[in-house]
Amino acid sequence: MKLMLKQVFGSGKFVIGFVIFLAILLTVVIYPIFVPDAPLKIISRGTFLSPGIYVNLYDSIDSATRYTLITDDAEARRVAGRLSDEDRAKMREWLIGNGVDEAEIDGADTAQLLDLWELNFDPTVRLPGMTNADRNYYIRLTASLEGLLSTEGATIASTNPETGALEQSDIVNQTDYVHVNEVANSRLFILGTDNFGRDVLTELISATGVSLTIGFVAGIVATSIGLVLGLVSGYVGGMVDQVIVFIMNLFTVIPTFVLLILISFSIGQESRGAFTIAVVIGLTSWVWTSRAVRAQVISLRNRDHVNLSKLSGHSIAYILAMDILPYIASYVVMALILQISSGILAEAGLSILGLGPRTTEVPTLGLMLNWAMIYQAHILNKWWAYLPIILVIALISFSMNLMNTGLDQVFNPALRD
Amino acid sequence: MKGYRNYFLKQLVWFLVTVVVAFTLNFILPRLMPGDPVAAIVARMAQGMSNATGVQAVYEQYTELFGTDKPITEQYVIYIRNVLRGDFGYSISQYPRTVADVIQSSIWWTVALQFPAIIVGWILGNSLGALAAYLRKGFDKVLMPISIFLSNIPAFGMAIILLVIFAVNLRWFPTSGGYQFDMVPSTSFEFVWSVIVHYQLPFWSIVLITIGGQAIGMRSMAIYELNADYVKYARFLGIKDSKIIRYVFRNAMLPQITGLALSIGTMIGGALVAEIIFSYPGLGSTMLTAVLGGDYPLISAATLIVTLMVLVAFFALEIVYGLIDPRIKAAQSE
Repeated sequence: MKLMLKQVFGSGKFVIGFVIFLAILLTVVIYPIFVPDAPLKIISRGTFLSPGIYVNLYDSIDSATRYTLITDDAEARRVAGRLSDEDRAKMREWLIGNGVDEAEIDGADTAQLLDLWELNFDPTVRLPGMTNADRNYYIRLTASLEGLLSTEGATIASTNPETGALEQSDIVNQTDYVHVNEVANSRLFILGTDNFGRDVLTELISATGVSLTIGFVAGIVATSIGLVLGLVSGYVGGMVDQVIVFIMNLFTVIPTFVLLILISFSIGQESRGAFTIAVVIGLTSWVWTSRAVRAQVISLRNRDHVNLSKLSGHSIAYILAMDILPYIASYVVMALILQISSGILAEAGLSILGLGPRTTEVPTLGLMLNWAMIYQAHILNKWWAYLPIILVIALISFSMNLMNTGLDQVFNPALRD
Repeated sequence: MKGYRNYFLKQLVWFLVTVVVAFTLNFILPRLMPGDPVAAIVARMAQGMSNATGVQAVYEQYTELFGTDKPITEQYVIYIRNVLRGDFGYSISQYPRTVADVIQSSIWWTVALQFPAIIVGWILGNSLGALAAYLRKGFDKVLMPISIFLSNIPAFGMAIILLVIFAVNLRWFPTSGGYQFDMVPSTSFEFVWSVIVHYQLPFWSIVLITIGGQAIGMRSMAIYELNADYVKYARFLGIKDSKIIRYVFRNAMLPQITGLALSIGTMIGGALVAEIIFSYPGLGSTMLTAVLGGDYPLISAATLIVTLMVLVAFFALEIVYGLIDPRIKAAQSE
């Protein structure tokens, strides 16, 4: 046993796969300890907030200490943040129309654009073909630019509850800063929020846990059925074998995904829990395990130690468990690993079709992807709503495949490079 | 030729048996589920209906449609007779249309998309895998990690990634549909061009997925064959390398054909989901609308058709396999 473990962990592929898998597993276990929020708690109004830190504006005005920082480019940045690409294009258009050399204008360089604008803009000049609305737009734009460029601070006022008049309470200068940590309320969304306004990271980690569980349950169910059928049909032989082989052949040809769709749809949405889905996936995916186990058992059943056991009067169950199972245990573990990863994929596929588990407390990877697709996160370019999910699925399946290949090379010397 | 005929007949009988079983499963699985399927469908349909007689009428119509008041054997006979006539009843979600009509308008999109894509992916994957096995060294070192990585991205993931890169960001291809939405199907040049443009992304996403797994399989098959005794013997005899290679790859190819036959069901399942991502007007999207609309007759018919497609593909591959592998003929004529 010790030697075997040493051999297994000597395989580079297995170790890499194992480390990735362990990292995913640990994240799933540890993260909820630090962030105990319910994974499906709706935390923002509006959909698809982009990843980043959200600081409470009210609290930051109220924040105890303000710091004055002396920065040269603050103004330019402020204007750059306000000027949309459309505004820039319009300004460019006006400048070119008024004889400024096109090569001179760099739309991306805000400071230069502003200088040119201040130098050249004249609200009374009309370009040929310019409408009144355009003219008003330019005047408004100039006014707002001037507002931005002024050095006065913003006035904070509150309503007096008795008179209803505004009373000045504070002035915020343009050079005032607050420390993020001193603001009472700020929130970090590493992966933004999803279409319902939930924190994607919390949701994703919880979903990974649920999907792994689904994969695990499906894998256990499938491997158990496959193992029992394979052992019995391989060892007993005769009529029993023929019947089981017939069933196996049928289920290899009839696509399991279609069976899954049919069963999931028939179960009905009400009773389609995560556990039910896992069991259904397991019930439809045992064929490969049983085939392979049967082939191995057939090659084992006439070995001397098996015959000896038979002569000693042991029961079939005893022989299968004590004399045959240990020889195929490594194979069964490998099959289980593959079943787990294909179970996770099957759940994701079903969920995209709208046949995934119906849950109100926990998400699954497939359901998250389904929501992202329904709300068109991919078309709207909200990468954080779908890309991490695909990545996690790919990582899980990649790590499991690596572990499987590594084990295969350890237990099948013929495959070693 | 006698040996091959035996093989062919055996495959044909097996094909018919699986078709019958698939039929039966399609019939019996929904009926095995706890509860009255008709009641469940009516409950879903009658959401928001306050008129009790109306609900009753719907219930009776579906009882008649499914024939659930008759004994199960009689229902089965009626089911088979209806299916053979191509009568799957009316679609619920697209009501005035019959299920047969809905399926007919989507099946060709799926057939024209998936089979070419799987075959192209298979050929490319096998060629790359064979090359990797033969050249080893640099080519192998680059190709293998890429293949392993590709084969681990689920089909829908690949579809989304391609969609985001080439349709949303680069805008080379449209994001969804089988042709431009404001066009009427015709044989005009514009329409055909639109179909071709819309075809690219779904097609290549399926091809890429197929390549990964096939290349890995072919590589290990070919390496195994390259080390076989007959290759060493042929080398001792001084037979030219190019000639040996031809034998090696022919032998390595055979298991790959069986592998394709055995995995075609899984591939089509994955490709159906990829269709949904691109809103391609094939069976995958039809299934999605059926699921969303609680369209029982349509789901049942769609699953049956997909199963039949897979069975036919499997049968065809087995036939081809019998033609290529001389051992099969020999085994059958003994």
